[in-house]
Amino acid sequence: MKRKKSIKERLREWDADAFDLTERTAGPMHPAPAAPEEEKPEEPPAPERETRLGSRALRILYSVLAALFGTVMLSFLLATASELPPYGAAENPVHNAVSERYIRDGMRETGAVNIVAGVILDYRAFDTLGESHVLFTALTAVLILLLGEGVHRESTGQIRMQQDRIVTNTASVLTPIIILFGVYGILTGHLGPGGGFSGGSIVGAGLILHSVAFGYDRLGRYLNIKTFRIVCFAALAFYSLSKCYSFFCGANGLHTVFSPGVPGRILSAGLILPLNIAVGVVVACTMYGLFSVFQRGKI
Amino acid sequence: MAFSVNFPLFSIVLCLLCAVVSSLLPSKAARAVSIALCAALAAGAACLASYGVSVGKATEYLMGHYPHPWGNELRFGVLEPLLVSVFAVVMLLCLIGGKRYLAADLDPEKSNLYYVMCDLVLVSLTALSYTNDLFTGYVFIEICTIASCGILMIRQLGRTTLASVRYMIFSLIGSGLFLLGLILLYAVTGHLLMPNVKESVAALWAEGRYRTVLLMSMALITVGLGVKSGLFPFHFWMPDTYGYATPSSGGILSGLVSKGYILLLIRIVYGAFGTDIFYRSGISNVLFVFGACGVIVGSISAAREKDVSRMVAYSSAAQIGYIYLGIGLSPGMGVLASLFHILTHALTKPLLFLSAAELASCAGSRQRAVWRGAGHINRVAGFAFSVGAFSMIGIPLTMGFVSKYRFALAAFERPLLMIPTLIVLAVSTVLNGLYFIRVVVAIYLPPERRTDRVRITDHPAYAVCAIAFTAMNLAAGIAALPIVRLLESSLTLL
Repeated sequence: MKRKKSIKERLREWDADAFDLTERTAGPMHPAPAAPEEEKPEEPPAPERETRLGSRALRILYSVLAALFGTVMLSFLLATASELPPYGAAENPVHNAVSERYIRDGMRETGAVNIVAGVILDYRAFDTLGESHVLFTALTAVLILLLGEGVHRESTGQIRMQQDRIVTNTASVLTPIIILFGVYGILTGHLGPGGGFSGGSIVGAGLILHSVAFGYDRLGRYLNIKTFRIVCFAALAFYSLSKCYSFFCGANGLHTVFSPGVPGRILSAGLILPLNIAVGVVVACTMYGLFSVFQRGKI
Repeated sequence: MAFSVNFPLFSIVLCLLCAVVSSLLPSKAARAVSIALCAALAAGAACLASYGVSVGKATEYLMGHYPHPWGNELRFGVLEPLLVSVFAVVMLLCLIGGKRYLAADLDPEKSNLYYVMCDLVLVSLTALSYTNDLFTGYVFIEICTIASCGILMIRQLGRTTLASVRYMIFSLIGSGLFLLGLILLYAVTGHLLMPNVKESVAALWAEGRYRTVLLMSMALITVGLGVKSGLFPFHFWMPDTYGYATPSSGGILSGLVSKGYILLLIRIVYGAFGTDIFYRSGISNVLFVFGACGVIVGSISAAREKDVSRMVAYSSAAQIGYIYLGIGLSPGMGVLASLFHILTHALTKPLLFLSAAELASCAGSRQRAVWRGAGHINRVAGFAFSVGAFSMIGIPLTMGFVSKYRFALAAFERPLLMIPTLIVLAVSTVLNGLYFIRVVVAIYLPPERRTDRVRITDHPAYAVCAIAFTAMNLAAGIAALPIVRLLESSLTLL
């Protein structure tokens, strides 16, 4: 077994790799700077000449202070929690004109039987617009971190999916049901419990189960990175543009072409159904994409 | 209502679209899209700011068909569009100026993703500036956190990965505290839109109900945003994050991202808590103390640092300290000084990071010890670094002088805090002088060996960016009064 390198040694190696400014190597290489403190980022950097005894005393002091600070904060927070309005009481400040209008007029104004869908996709649709881009941002960040490492990992053979009969058989029965249920959740999000976020994550889970059971190759035929990007682009661009139109109309006092329709019908509630589909697609893509990138470094 | 009031909505949607489109485009096209986007946003925000000046009042813009307290809203006077346009210009110059390093540091396979992240940082800064809704603020804080980690870790070295892990941990602690504060505030007020929150908070405070909860939520929101922007004692992620990122990212992260959070804090203090209550609660004094400590500790850490990029990064901790010190001093003059310092820092720090990288590539290392004569080899970078350094020290004719002068003026409003503020200003100016002048002197010493001079035409992109930053800094430093007046009038619209 190879001896594990200490953090200091590893940092030194990184520095040697990183700051050899290759454009002009005429200058002398700098000596590796002192490694910054690792365990205690909240302490000022300890000078190198400090003895081991000193750093141990510092560490004890540090943990005592941390415990003290934690206790004080805990008591403050407990005091705060004890003053909060009781959970679910009728006269709480949150039961005000805001929720009253959501509950009373929500169905008439947005056309959605499901009040939650009406709130997140109509009353407060801008938040949800941001929220769906959070997923896109997260997927992109993970791609930045891990993309391209797949080759390396597969060659070292660290990850090899095992085809297990129990998993394969169960998955072949369950996957269609799960995906169908997710799609149902997305499509009826404005009528009952469900919606883009929950339905999309169910679809994503179905895709993940399928890829775990049967490997990536079968799914990969039509779910590669290109399809992912195009699908995400289409869904998010549709979301942004349609909401831009609706916000623009709302702010300037114009009528939109989207009407609430007859609450309870599948084709009702204006933009909520298409937006649920867009959100669901993005969520499913992100779920499967994150799993796939973490598992093997590519989609 | 002029058509330009729609610009915030258009700029947010445009940023989101550009981000999503850029993920499909090749890297060069994505870069062009980002640069065009920054330019468009700056122009639109400038129009809006001039509209705000001409109207003389803030505009509330419905995001949908429902007014507050039911639907989302944007709100903008003069300050918000002004800062957005500065942010967009700075990002534009960062992307242009760091071109050479971006080409070297980014993996060509995913370099388009860098621009996706830049677009997302820009949209979150825009939305944080314009939002009138606390929860929208949180959503875009999330985007900003992830996207800023993205532009940091795309330079895939061990150090940057380590730095981004640390940055992410601190940043998430900040987001968590902010969210906790928001929940407490919602539980006792029942509102998320700032005007309604302000009303309820004032009523509750007058009745004396839920005092602890209100105090705690104010403290959590303030501390959360403070952690995210690097207020002492939470500034230890700064040197690695800013120092090891690719220079463009270093500039964007230090110059813009932390400012977005501070701007949100100022808007929350004015728009949601109300200055009366916030400044009576004592939290402002805590901010003052931590800001002052940050100024001193950041300067001392910077003075001990031998790596110039890390030194510049530690100096950011001191500058953030100044901004919080100003916010802690007083609502009128103090916040005004902070706002001016936000501009100063946003225009100076990216210049310093880019110039430090340029000089380091002349000298062959980022260590101060070998920089002797680098200013002769690369004259543009040397001059730009000197101007930036002078601005950070606070030498007249630069923006830094004006902001320090405004801090001193603000200090006279609070007799009790006057002496400490002046002492902090004096000590930190001496320390800043100590470590910046040392570098400036070193780069202008005669070089030890003859090396070919770097001409302007060798790195035209950097030269453009350095000249623009320097010119803006000097112009704003010399003709500071109109800017101060503009900021002063915009504060009344918050």
